[in-house]
Amino acid sequence: MKRTFAIGIGGAAGQGVATPGDIFAKIFSRRGLNLNAYNAYQSIIRGGHTFLTIRTGPDKVTNMGDRIDLFIPLNQDSMDRHMKLLGPGAACLYNADTVQPGPTAEGVQLCALPVAELADITRNKVAQNTIAIGAGLHMMGIGFQSLEDVLQEQFKKKGEAVVAENVSVARAGYDYAAAHFTAFPNPLPKTENRYAILSGNIAMAMGGAAAGVKFYCAYPMSPSTGVLHWMAAHARKAGIMVRQVEDEIGVVNMAIGAAQAGVRSMCATSGGGFALMSEGLGMSAMMETPVVVINCQRAGPSTGVPTKTEQGDLWQMLGAAFGDYPRVIAAPLDIGDCFKLIPEIFNIADRFQCPGLVLCDLLLSEGRLSVHPRDLDFNPPIDRGELITGNNGTASSAPTNGSYKRYKFTESGVSPRAVPGVPGHVHTVATDEHMEDGVLISDEFTNPIKRREMMEKRMRKVAGIEASVPPPELWGPRDAEVTLIGWGSTKGVIEEACEILNEQGISANQLQIRWLVPLHGDAILELLKDSRHTIIVENNYSGQFARYLRSETSFVANGHIRKYDGEPFMPHHIVEAVKEQLAAQTKLSVPMHEIMV
Amino acid sequence: MATTARSGQLTLADLKGKVDPDWCPGCGDFGVLSAIQKALVELQIPNHNVVAISGIGCSSNLPGFINTYGMHTLHGRALAVATGLKLANHELTVLVTGGDGDGFGIGGNHFVHTMRRNVDVTYIVMDNQIYGLTTGQTSPTSRVGMKTKSMPFGNIEAPVNPISLALAAGATFVARGYSGDQKHLTELIKRGIEHKGFSFLDVFSPCVTYNHDNTYQWYRPRVKKLEDDARYDPSVWMAAMEKSLLWGEEIPIGRFFERTDVPSLHAAEPVLNDGPLLHRDPRVPPDVARGFIEELM
Repeated sequence: MKRTFAIGIGGAAGQGVATPGDIFAKIFSRRGLNLNAYNAYQSIIRGGHTFLTIRTGPDKVTNMGDRIDLFIPLNQDSMDRHMKLLGPGAACLYNADTVQPGPTAEGVQLCALPVAELADITRNKVAQNTIAIGAGLHMMGIGFQSLEDVLQEQFKKKGEAVVAENVSVARAGYDYAAAHFTAFPNPLPKTENRYAILSGNIAMAMGGAAAGVKFYCAYPMSPSTGVLHWMAAHARKAGIMVRQVEDEIGVVNMAIGAAQAGVRSMCATSGGGFALMSEGLGMSAMMETPVVVINCQRAGPSTGVPTKTEQGDLWQMLGAAFGDYPRVIAAPLDIGDCFKLIPEIFNIADRFQCPGLVLCDLLLSEGRLSVHPRDLDFNPPIDRGELITGNNGTASSAPTNGSYKRYKFTESGVSPRAVPGVPGHVHTVATDEHMEDGVLISDEFTNPIKRREMMEKRMRKVAGIEASVPPPELWGPRDAEVTLIGWGSTKGVIEEACEILNEQGISANQLQIRWLVPLHGDAILELLKDSRHTIIVENNYSGQFARYLRSETSFVANGHIRKYDGEPFMPHHIVEAVKEQLAAQTKLSVPMHEIMV
Repeated sequence: MATTARSGQLTLADLKGKVDPDWCPGCGDFGVLSAIQKALVELQIPNHNVVAISGIGCSSNLPGFINTYGMHTLHGRALAVATGLKLANHELTVLVTGGDGDGFGIGGNHFVHTMRRNVDVTYIVMDNQIYGLTTGQTSPTSRVGMKTKSMPFGNIEAPVNPISLALAAGATFVARGYSGDQKHLTELIKRGIEHKGFSFLDVFSPCVTYNHDNTYQWYRPRVKKLEDDARYDPSVWMAAMEKSLLWGEEIPIGRFFERTDVPSLHAAEPVLNDGPLLHRDPRVPPDVARGFIEELM
């Protein structure tokens, strides 16, 4: 079993769930610990209920895990909802003045904090939170100084008095715990590592900056808005033009306009906004103007559940825009990969002059993960492909005396792309079908032979795209009893499920798909040909990836584990489902989510 | 008129497109194309620094008929595309062309927002008050009572007033031209290109095939140049708004409004202080990148 420790903090939106979360995260990361945080929340600004899970440990923490070790309910509602999650060895810190504990499992330590005695609650509205942080820290075996440092930073803008007040309130909680509660048996360890803590949205935004994105635009839509926020806040330092646009149709068209001028251009949205962008993607494909579009999936259809996760947009991405055209679709595997993927997909989009689509989801977009700074490489390879800007020194801008053909037939299907402003390369690009020189063959000069040639030119790029993307790999023992197949954000939780299964004597391996288009179907079939029992794990109702894999390869898995309640998988969901499927009880498991938010 | 070739001089011949326009004989769009070409020659803007961007429709075929860089985009989206292109390389002269359906119908949202942003592009709408390429349906500027294939018993919807709409949306240059008056239209387009900010030109461009109401014969006696009225001051927004409401026996054409005190979008954005984005180093400087990561630690 992984050595991890998880804190659950529950409360109403606006009650200050985020602040203790941030404080714990900072303290953990400064101890050199990894962490993974997931906030289950609702689409409400004040009120409702949110439940934040922060899981930490010395090794990689890839998901929220199965167990809460320390539970901090900030109100009665939270206590009532989640107390049943606690098992032996866990503890619950609560404000004894306002919250009553309900039925409690054996071996759970109830830690009642007399908040009104410990702090002046008329002056400090979030005193209960600060006291709980102090108390919790003592129970985890962490010295008070680390909390004092973080509180200093947190409140220094509000002046010395506020800092002193918060430090003394936290100290009261810390000391009270020392006197009255039993500390956890294993103090949280310390390592020499230092991590950055970031969300997938921040990672994708920074990945864009690293890739050389110079134009970013968006319309706010959960759960993608974090990309816009990072871009807007860092635009001037990074030299990126960031615009908020009137709608997602405007977004994708504006992004393509900037791309046509020759800069790397990116935008992000969620499923609803992506639907509006669909026609624009066809334009990117037809004009052969590369653009990268991120879709942070949330639970659909329609407006769906804006604050909940799902992997339900795969077929929308596969079918986005009418007609056949080359496209690239990739799903980042974790938050670190959200960063790494962006420069990679830009290089492919640029080289093959086609849209690059990133299929992220709320779990990664809004989750938080510790990432080693070396994995945030701001100096990745940048390959702009055959681009003629007239200013980049490498590409020729010599006038061509009118012989330049924007859509010149080539073996690779890629035609050197001149951008406006370059002398001697004047041409018009169009959404209508066109000849090599850009002249339309849609209205007056329709021509089936040329239409066929141009379709084949564009589609020849598919072979090059395939060659530039590595096939997936099988992780774990080749002869495992069960092979779990997932895609994108489920990587971490499937990985841990495999570890647990292996510990329990069921050997398991994992095939995680990152590049959805191109899929490398033949390589996948080769990897799976010896698999003894295959199960596809995905966060949607209909098995969108299972259907896609079948359509591309005729491969049919032995079983499926699906979840479409808006919440991510926890490791035990997968472990238990695998066991019931190996026992031939079912071929389709739909685990029940136990945390009610 | 600089039509004769001199060394390095842009001539009308340089602006002739790869193919001839396929508009119906007599279409008003010929006159608009010609006026655009004349304006570019008179301003001597090298054709490789000009981008003509359009949407979809008869008039949106224009970028194919002029020898500048061009983008023939999606229906209604030309202004959004043009905004992105201009911001990525603000040294380019960007002309956006299209029709009334493209601009005021399907593209209405972008029309309003591009004006309030004061994006430095020149938007020329060939307004024929009908959908031509789809063979004659009612457009957002079709008058009440007009009979078309989609409203065979007469239009019962009020038309948009592009001039009033542009004024209300904050356009900093608002004009109306008439395809039948080349000299006047060429001057307006020149002024529009020279205007630093969004310039909007609604140009009457009769559809000789599908609009039998608003013909050259109908327009000729009605259009009255604002420039002929010495008392008219195009810097007064209220006066422009009042003039924009005139429609009937007298229809004003010319420069309704212009203000020069509002910076265009690219001029207002400090990110562009160091020159066009296109020519920037794609790399984030190492110390800046380090700062981005340290924020998260």
